[in-house]
Amino acid sequence: MKNKTTHSPESLVRRIILSLSLVFFISFSAPVVAEYGDVVINKRAEKEGMRPVIFPHWFHRIRFRCKVCHNELGFKMRAGGNDITMGEITEGKYCGMCHNGEISWTIENCDLCHSGLPGLKSAIHGSNETSGPGRW
Amino acid sequence: MNKKLILGILLLTLSAALFAQKAKWVALKNDQLHDPQSPAIHVLQQPAEALSLLPPDYTGNLVSWVDALQEHYIEPRSTLFSDTQVNTLEMDIVMGNTGEMPMVMFPHTPHTEWLDCKNCHDVIFKEKVGANPINMFAILNGEYCGRCHGAVAFPLTECNRCHSVARNVFTGKPGVQPKGFIQNRKPR
Repeated sequence: MKNKTTHSPESLVRRIILSLSLVFFISFSAPVVAEYGDVVINKRAEKEGMRPVIFPHWFHRIRFRCKVCHNELGFKMRAGGNDITMGEITEGKYCGMCHNGEISWTIENCDLCHSGLPGLKSAIHGSNETSGPGRW
Repeated sequence: MNKKLILGILLLTLSAALFAQKAKWVALKNDQLHDPQSPAIHVLQQPAEALSLLPPDYTGNLVSWVDALQEHYIEPRSTLFSDTQVNTLEMDIVMGNTGEMPMVMFPHTPHTEWLDCKNCHDVIFKEKVGANPINMFAILNGEYCGRCHGAVAFPLTECNRCHSVARNVFTGKPGVQPKGFIQNRKPR
């Protein structure tokens, strides 16, 4: 009976190795490397032969408060909730409100926004997911 | 074999693994979002270049955005149009119906410095104390506070930044707090 409740030094080492390697694999298995708040916009881009758009929140919030885009410009606060076309941007709506050569660079620099890896889905990528309970 | 040696090596790999997990800002070409072949890689600003200069945090962008704004590290524009009214509000609300967790203190000031009233009212929250059936399941599902927290604002792993009012210390009443009562306390 005594042998069953106490661990031999070997089994203790094995347990430690097991738990440490578990931590090791968890740490390395699925690292989120995209920057927190990075949004991929790919509703149309790839279908029309362009790379997906990467929108970095971190870059924009250094320069503009949330309220500028989400109140004045009318961007909905939900990834995938904005039906943005290049036509509208060209007319000065959405991104085109700033990316017009006055506040920021013009939309002729296609590649600067359309810079994503092929196959990315429209979503917030760099963040802890908020798309369902139990994902934590 | 020398067990202490094995353990030592494992502990070293463990700390290396933990370090790797906390690795600071990843270069754009390695972030698994940007195409390393894209011409933008050499033009766009790298996260580390900008974010390393801002007040640190240990989560999210590793930046305390509220501190960055309040301590004038950054001066982001509030409006594009000259006729847009800039609204801020100084009002703390304590929410007491939090089960066994400490009560939630919601400070309007840091929120309205970034956002307009209309971003939340009445789209996400009714503009009335007690009128919103907020719960953590909905928040984790991306509703209420989870619209931003967990996406672009500090993540939902930081329980005590919201659940910050201990029941045995708080002597007031839940709801709208007198001005300046908890206002100036840091959220962590």
